[in-house]
Amino acid sequence: MRLLAALAKRQERMFVPVVLVAGWEAFSRSGHLPPSLLPAPSQVLWTWADWLLSIDESTQNNAGRWCYDALASAGRVLSGYAIAAVSGISIGIAIGWWRWVERTFEPTLQLLRPIPPVSWIPLAIIWFGIADRPAVFLVFLGTFFPVLMNAIHGVRTTDRNLIRAAAMMGASERQMLRLVILPGALPSIFAGLRIGVGTAWMLTVTAEMVAVKSGLGYVLWDSYYFLRYDMVIAAMASIGVLGFLTDLCLKRLMAVMLRWNTSTTMQPRT
Amino acid sequence: MSAAIAISGVRKLFRDGARDADVLAIDGVSLSVRPGELLCLLGPSGCGKSTLLNMIAGFEFPSEGTIMVDGGLVTSPSADRGMVFQQPTLMPWLPVWDNVAFHLKLKNVPRKQRRMAAQRYIEIVQLAGFENHFPGQLSGGMAQRVGIARVLLLNPKVILMDEPFSSLDAQTKLEMQEELVAIWQRFAATIVFVTHSVEEALILGTGIAVMTHRPGRIRELIKVDIPYPRDTTSPAFNDLKRHILTLIREESRLAREKMLKAEGPGAGG
Repeated sequence: MRLLAALAKRQERMFVPVVLVAGWEAFSRSGHLPPSLLPAPSQVLWTWADWLLSIDESTQNNAGRWCYDALASAGRVLSGYAIAAVSGISIGIAIGWWRWVERTFEPTLQLLRPIPPVSWIPLAIIWFGIADRPAVFLVFLGTFFPVLMNAIHGVRTTDRNLIRAAAMMGASERQMLRLVILPGALPSIFAGLRIGVGTAWMLTVTAEMVAVKSGLGYVLWDSYYFLRYDMVIAAMASIGVLGFLTDLCLKRLMAVMLRWNTSTTMQPRT
Repeated sequence: MSAAIAISGVRKLFRDGARDADVLAIDGVSLSVRPGELLCLLGPSGCGKSTLLNMIAGFEFPSEGTIMVDGGLVTSPSADRGMVFQQPTLMPWLPVWDNVAFHLKLKNVPRKQRRMAAQRYIEIVQLAGFENHFPGQLSGGMAQRVGIARVLLLNPKVILMDEPFSSLDAQTKLEMQEELVAIWQRFAATIVFVTHSVEEALILGTGIAVMTHRPGRIRELIKVDIPYPRDTTSPAFNDLKRHILTLIREESRLAREKMLKAEGPGAGG
């Protein structure tokens, strides 16, 4: 019974995507548009399979290279994201905790924040060349600020009496930051990290289109030049899937680390 | 016997930013608490009783005068002076036992020993079975019990309690008051208990310091010689209650007159 119920639930979730894909397939086969302009999902899937496993080498020199491309992009996302997370959290906590750090660094950071990360591309290329590093730099820029802002907010909203309670029990300043301020700011920090995940993938792909010669974004843009729209769509879908999976990992991590945070907010209606 | 807490000539000024003026919150309080005493600070809200408690804890400092605890001047918060806050103020990300033994965590005691040390106090406040619950999963009364266990584990020289039962329902409040008396007797603790409830002060205190309206002073120090557990319907209890209520009524009359005078014609607010 439970299996059936779970299946029914799945069906409910699958309904819209299935209808959309079926409609798209039917429309592509109807001949209203040349098949090369809007390849059918089946065609995209075939191309994707070749990209992944080199079935018939219809994707030419991309055949069987999907894992390599995906890893290249994911590596850039991860390194930029990790640097941004560590620095954003520590600088954010320092700004939130020490008035003098706030006065010294916050105005500068707030001035840099509104500059769109993509507008750094020219400088990133001349500084870092055409390789991984401009992409990593862009990902860092895009993720750093949401994490920073949320970390500052998390520190500022810590209950004053919680700090007093820790002081009463003999906490040193270091202990206060590690055992009270950081865990207290975690819900807010995770909110920033989740905003950052989306931005990170977006910026990796952008950088790969312009400044890097490998990865999913590069394949996407290259296929566009060769009029391989099936490949373009396969690349888009790949980015979507990887972005979704990264966010899923983060959500899982959040559920474990914030399991104490029993929410008292509304539940969606059934 | 020397005093556990000696407060002498304490005044406290606050900066009122909205009115751009200094406000006198506490004016010349001198008070001495003997070891083993359970002193209730009784007064209306805004009389500065919590401020006085925070100054004993070392969270705030007197503008004038001194506060000594066990012969030492109070200059910062310390585990010598354990506070039970009005709201439970537990670390929401730590389970009950880890909250109770947080002090030992700060001293880098290994987890296993902390867990064992916490158990004793968890049992004293009757929370056995809830060791691994998070604070968000506890009722208000249970969370306050954790706050009390946490302070007992500190083994402080004095325990400071800031209206800890004020947000509990009547029945839980009665239970907690009874248990507090039992714990106080068992540990021979020195406790300063802030409350705005005359009844609560009379149920708990060996002495009651009745405070005036702002600026807070000690209006009268009353010794309560009724044996525990106290019968709230006994003549002795009611005589004292009547006496304190008379004091409080007089105080609020004085406060009203003062306010009217301040707002009188020509004073201009």
